[in-house]
Amino acid sequence: MCLAIPGKIIELRTDADGVRMARATFGGIVKEVCLEFTPEAKVDDYILVHVGFALNTVDEEEAKQTFELLRELGQLDELDIPELSS
Amino acid sequence: MKYIDEYRDNALAAKILGQIRSSVTRPWTLMEVCGGQTHAIVKNGIDRLLPDELELVHGPGCPVCVTPLEMIDKAHAIAQRPEVIFCSFGDMLRVPGSEVDLLILKSRGADVRMVYSPMDCLRIARAHPEREVVFFAIGFETTAPANAMLAWQARAQGIPNLSLLVSQVLVPPAMELLLSTPGNRVQGFLGPGHVCTVAGYREYEKIAEKYSVPIVVTGFEPLDILQGILMAVRQLESGRATVENHYPRVVRRDGNPAARERVAEVFEPCDRAWRGVGIIPQSGLRLNADFRAFDAEHRFGVEAIHTQESTVCISGQILRGIKKPHDCPAFGSTCTPEHPLGATMVSAEGACAAYYAYGRYLQSSPGAQASCLGREAAG
Ligand code: SF4
Repeated sequence: MCLAIPGKIIELRTDADGVRMARATFGGIVKEVCLEFTPEAKVDDYILVHVGFALNTVDEEEAKQTFELLRELGQLDELDIPELSS
Repeated sequence: MKYIDEYRDNALAAKILGQIRSSVTRPWTLMEVCGGQTHAIVKNGIDRLLPDELELVHGPGCPVCVTPLEMIDKAHAIAQRPEVIFCSFGDMLRVPGSEVDLLILKSRGADVRMVYSPMDCLRIARAHPEREVVFFAIGFETTAPANAMLAWQARAQGIPNLSLLVSQVLVPPAMELLLSTPGNRVQGFLGPGHVCTVAGYREYEKIAEKYSVPIVVTGFEPLDILQGILMAVRQLESGRATVENHYPRVVRRDGNPAARERVAEVFEPCDRAWRGVGIIPQSGLRLNADFRAFDAEHRFGVEAIHTQESTVCISGQILRGIKKPHDCPAFGSTCTPEHPLGATMVSAEGACAAYYAYGRYLQSSPGAQASCLGREAAG
């Protein structure tokens, strides 16, 4: 459970509490991601995401390779957890 | 070479394997620290492609596996309270405590909810001001920043009905314990890439120097693992012991400073028990004095719960690299992923579950036999 999953940022926003957030797509599944630890990340950047937080930005090739690998390892289950609406 | 056809770049994998073979002149034992690496190694049969002189042992690399039984029992005690909404990562729901698991409690009426991110708990707490929302904050360095952010936001926004049951663990102290245990066999490490993404690897430099042990930080892609093994072997064969970063496309020496800062604001180091291993000094994080009001152990008075671990399960020895899953009499018989006895069978990153998933229950490897007899500790 400590593997981070790569996603691509499609939209930036700040939530009601002033927290930097993004919507990111993970092979078509779109999730909310907190960007507080990667303030440099922008739209179209690839980020490594763990439990809803971006830990790092990575390049596209790294992101794609890692995503494929996680799919093979069956380690993408957490993406199926529905998000709560605010 | 049964599995090598399945590598992303077979030619490169074969080349690295050839280099490993020609570099090895005597037996070495390496440990991969990260559970994701264990999973990838077993799935791709990497351990079986290596020359006989090289043995891989599987480290404590999964926070689900090492969360102590006592903490799980505390979670269960809290989750059963009628006023509580107990939130957890999905992986923890099926981890057996002394009696039940969280899913069973849920089926009996407890309000147990699986969350994707700790931040979801903020919304749940706001939506249910009359209830107590408790988050089971487990994890290694990778998860600590997210859990720290939850506590930080709860305090900043003054959310009184939210608390955290913290069982946060740190990798370097566990490596140190292993290295300083008499009879230790581990002579080199593959460092955990995603943990180092957050924490960096300065701590590992101290360990490499103090214990003269090479550490190669790497990812969990098979080629990265093979390359990491080659780099560790080359260090061992030439008598070097430093930290090498084979994952610079993801890991920087100082990790993620913003994340580390938030962790330091919220948590402080503490002694922490690891399932099957026992207490490892300064190997955990707990909420510091500023955030103690959000400590669920304190809020619900469960500090006094103490529990005994199963006597059948040898996951503690597996986590320390002393034994392999098929050395356990329960492995694949009374203990399976459907009915796990110990935590290393529950999570896909646990060594027992990885061995089970890839059919390793049929045979015993010669390396594992050697490990039972205790090969000479070197270095
Ligand atoms: S097979 Fe089950 S009982 Fe045996 S060590 Fe692994 S988790 Fe424990």
